[in-house]
Amino acid sequence: MKKFKFITAVTLALTAALSLASCGGGNAPATDGADTSDTASTGAVYRTIDEIKESGEINIGVFSDKHPFGYVDENSEYQGYDVYFAKRIGEDLGVKVNFVSTEAANRIEYLKTGKVDVVLANFTVTPERAEEVDFALPYMNVSLGVVSPESKPITSLDEWNADDEMIVISGTTAETYLTQNYPDIKLQKYDTYANAKSALENGSAAAWANDNTEVIAYSLSTTGYTVGIPTLGSKDTIAPAVSKGNESVLGWLNDEIAALGSEKFFHADYEATLADTYGLDYEEELVIEGGTVAE
Amino acid sequence: MPDLGLDVLFKGKNMIRLLGGLWVAVKISLISVAISIPLGILLGIIMTSKNPIIKAVTRVYLEFIRIMPQLVLLFIVFFGTTSALGVNISGELASVIVFTAWGTAEMGDLVRGALISIPKHQYESAAALTLTPSQTYLYVIIPQTVRRLIPLSINLITRMIKTTSLILMIGVVEVLKVAQQIIEANRMSSPNAAFGVYLTVLLMYFIICWPISMLAKRLEKKWG
Repeated sequence: MKKFKFITAVTLALTAALSLASCGGGNAPATDGADTSDTASTGAVYRTIDEIKESGEINIGVFSDKHPFGYVDENSEYQGYDVYFAKRIGEDLGVKVNFVSTEAANRIEYLKTGKVDVVLANFTVTPERAEEVDFALPYMNVSLGVVSPESKPITSLDEWNADDEMIVISGTTAETYLTQNYPDIKLQKYDTYANAKSALENGSAAAWANDNTEVIAYSLSTTGYTVGIPTLGSKDTIAPAVSKGNESVLGWLNDEIAALGSEKFFHADYEATLADTYGLDYEEELVIEGGTVAE
Repeated sequence: MPDLGLDVLFKGKNMIRLLGGLWVAVKISLISVAISIPLGILLGIIMTSKNPIIKAVTRVYLEFIRIMPQLVLLFIVFFGTTSALGVNISGELASVIVFTAWGTAEMGDLVRGALISIPKHQYESAAALTLTPSQTYLYVIIPQTVRRLIPLSINLITRMIKTTSLILMIGVVEVLKVAQQIIEANRMSSPNAAFGVYLTVLLMYFIICWPISMLAKRLEKKWG
């Protein structure tokens, strides 16, 4: 029995010491975290435009490894088509933009939990996603495309070789489309864009399906790869997304996008960020100005 | 010499960014280990208890943490705390919580094993020398346990450093994420950069983990 008493004493002493230690250690990293805004105070998951203005900071989820839409340059600065728009939002709201690095697979979670106010991460509008988040007016057109090696180009999915595999990134439109429409095609799923790219270049799959902008840019910049299928599935749009039910930020974004149309903001954005990658030939096809999709 | 695209590492602040990312990974591991070791020792002592309820509870905790993939735990803590409790915690804090929970479970099991491995005659000999139970622990049991534990807990540090590569999924920009950002930003000017940059990351992990691993080996030989 004496042994147990000793253990109890040790236990109590350690618990006391540790509760202090863990407080000190645990709090330290929180102070330099990017997203420590408190959402709990209002009860709602999301913040309204007024709350964002009051805090002086807006948290915008962007890709940090998806050139030329959202990436980080060699000076640690976020750049790209989505980022150019995000910076303008910050300017017009008069707040500092806090960029949060998101992955394709966790964009919805960030909004559902209010960890970001807006997602501008090349987010394609789909009915499934619209059930979980609210999309503002679109600012870009997109459809799917398939890139494959020039030596073995894939021009149609109908004569798919059963042994071949297709690369997709988890959580993207391409994954959903292929699963629904081509259930027989074996998919190789990757969590990050960089890993998918490496996999194609290492020859571990026959082709890579992704947004057509991505595959066009990829084939123009990488020798030996061609876009055998430039458009696949329905034409979609890319739009900013906010937490479900956040009418305040949604309304503000819609007004902003409509107003920016008069100064051809997204054309300027395209020329500043995308022209280097896609050339000017694709400008009218890709850009949506003022939130209205041309027929 | 094939083009590994190593030049991208010397563009702008890229090298400093990579080292900064490595520091994020090491910092999170060290903080987690620092908290895990005392918590783990505590858990290990509790686990040697003969009370069936305490035994069951600690066992369930240990198995739960071991069976769940760390990525799932990270998502639960990072997003789950916000949706379930309305508390918004940063990715760094969520990582420290998950790694601490994991480290505590692993340490607890190591401590339990080390305590059990002390032969019964050690306790009996101590009693024969008229040592009190607290003296027995202080002068006989704990010194022997610590010797067996230190190499094992040092190994836990290297395992944690390697597992930090998962925290990029909850928005923490650590060394691997910085590497992916550098590769992506330069994919047109240096399409081969992936190999060189990943190789550099590999070397960075090695330079950090190898000395730690060697230290564990030396201590194991010295005290084993």
